[in-house]
Amino acid sequence: MSITPAKRRVIPGFGLTMGFTLLYMGLVFLIPVGAFLLYTTTMSWDTFWSAVTQRQVVASYKLSFGGSLIAATINLVFGALVAWVLVRYRFPGKRLVDALVDLPFALPTAVAGIALVTLYASTGWVGQYLDVFGIRIAYTQLGVVIALTYIGLPFVVRTVQPVLEDLEAELEEASASLGADRLTTIRRVIFPALFPALLTGYALAFARALGEYGSVVFISGNLPFRTEITPLLIVAKAEQYDYHGAAAIGTVMLVAAFLMLLVINGLQWWASRRHG
Amino acid sequence: MRTISSSTSSSSSIWQLSKLTGAVLLAGAVLAVTFSTTAQAQSESVELLNVSYDPTREFYREYNELFDEFWQAEHGQSVTARQSHGGSGSQGRAIIDGIDADVATLALAYDIDAIHERADLIPQDWQSRLPNNSSPYTSTIVLLVREGNPKNIQDWDDLAQEGIDVITPNPKTSGGARWNFLALWGYGLEQFDGDEQQTYDFVRQVYENVPVLDSGARGATNTFVQRRIGDVFIAWENEAFLSVEQLGQGEYEIIVPSQSILAEPPVTVLDANVDRKGTREVAEAYLEHLYTDEAQHLAAKHYYRPSNQEILAEYSDEFPALDLFTIDEVFGGWQEAQQRFFNDGGVFDDILEAINTQ
Repeated sequence: MSITPAKRRVIPGFGLTMGFTLLYMGLVFLIPVGAFLLYTTTMSWDTFWSAVTQRQVVASYKLSFGGSLIAATINLVFGALVAWVLVRYRFPGKRLVDALVDLPFALPTAVAGIALVTLYASTGWVGQYLDVFGIRIAYTQLGVVIALTYIGLPFVVRTVQPVLEDLEAELEEASASLGADRLTTIRRVIFPALFPALLTGYALAFARALGEYGSVVFISGNLPFRTEITPLLIVAKAEQYDYHGAAAIGTVMLVAAFLMLLVINGLQWWASRRHG
Repeated sequence: MRTISSSTSSSSSIWQLSKLTGAVLLAGAVLAVTFSTTAQAQSESVELLNVSYDPTREFYREYNELFDEFWQAEHGQSVTARQSHGGSGSQGRAIIDGIDADVATLALAYDIDAIHERADLIPQDWQSRLPNNSSPYTSTIVLLVREGNPKNIQDWDDLAQEGIDVITPNPKTSGGARWNFLALWGYGLEQFDGDEQQTYDFVRQVYENVPVLDSGARGATNTFVQRRIGDVFIAWENEAFLSVEQLGQGEYEIIVPSQSILAEPPVTVLDANVDRKGTREVAEAYLEHLYTDEAQHLAAKHYYRPSNQEILAEYSDEFPALDLFTIDEVFGGWQEAQQRFFNDGGVFDDILEAINTQ
């Protein structure tokens, strides 16, 4: 073999750590997902197809995937901005803001949902003023997007932040001293360095939004064809003991999410090769 | 070669690990057996697990003390009844998936039927083992409106009027909401002399007035009470009383419609579990004791209608008489009702599709 690892590593134990990795991945992830996919294969293709193509289900895909994409995009822009502010500037209360970013991780999503609906219902603190202008948030698709944006916020911030911290301000100064204007510096120096991290954050925020249930069911109103997200339909199927139907829809979500994450990872790989 | 040696070392570590896991599991099993045998051997105390649904929490907390006293006097053994509460459907699934419950006290017979069908823990005729369809306490579906009844809602047909917002959870995800739907449908059948099409149109009109379909009863209560959305909330009578009591007297009024459905939340012993644990005698007594006078009074105190008619009559101020029909009379039981109305492609889906895609 032409490429062989160094005879002695500084920290030994590849076998042990790899063993743990496999066991851990197996117990925590692969066995449940495998069992779930295996269960799906016990149904006939016709049952599977009719379960995943019901009009109500298709309408929910549009909302779940569409809403998650919009929410992840909003988080991409504003998450990057928050990360930038937290890394590059000093201001009073910075540590507090930094800690607040993680709150959506810690707060039970049902609490988030109830809090959001309290704010945005047409009788709520914010909602009553928007209502004057005919803007309704709670129990509309807009409400779904807001809930998904809320729970996805930390992902972009937390993936971009460390990369930004490593990015030396000298690079920008060098760029400026070589005659680049501000926009060019952002476009040619900062953005390429941040791009892989941004994509990772985007992918995580998207994936998180896709699976979100707890907060959305409170603010969406759950009206079929309008504000019903796919995870709610899975719960509805399980409620009538239609485990096959629930597994079929779950499979569609799993495969679709996996493909999207694969594309995003591919893009990341391509970008890091191009700029790396 | 390096690669081979590393793969053998990883597989050997997996093997060691699986040995370790096995040992841990074995130790756990031994411990569990030890604990369960000591629990059996101790005759001065016994433990029961009652898997119930959400709004019975306060009732069973008091009832457990009552039963403990009774059992201790009779058998000199103390009973610790643990309670588990949640949505009726998911509690039923927990039993099917193997939670070690002795008795199930759920919101609808459909959820207990499923325990027979899917886990075979109980015989098919479970519901005929105790009096009154195994429902020691009952309730009905009533209308909760805001103080002073500003929209003047008196009966089910008022819910179909334009400009009325009706709050009820989604019957696809909430067992309680299925009673609401069936109460409405039964009323329609009565009004239109059994005409299915007119009933369908009536129920559809009501659901056109539903702005939010919460996934469960608790969420719907929140929508009506905290968000102050909607003019009328379709609720179980006992929960309507609780809302009035807990959320402020005078803020809400209960409107008892001319006719409604008799909601029967049934109870059963889980035969396979109690036989394995050796708790059959005490579990059966636990349920039978629900029919005694003192337990019936306790049920009334927690706003359930006692199944004992004489005791019910004592509470005629709280529970006004109304025309009650049962699910068996009008719909031929839960299995048929579920199939026809709530399963995928059923009447409810049809109505919601018609409303939201028109």
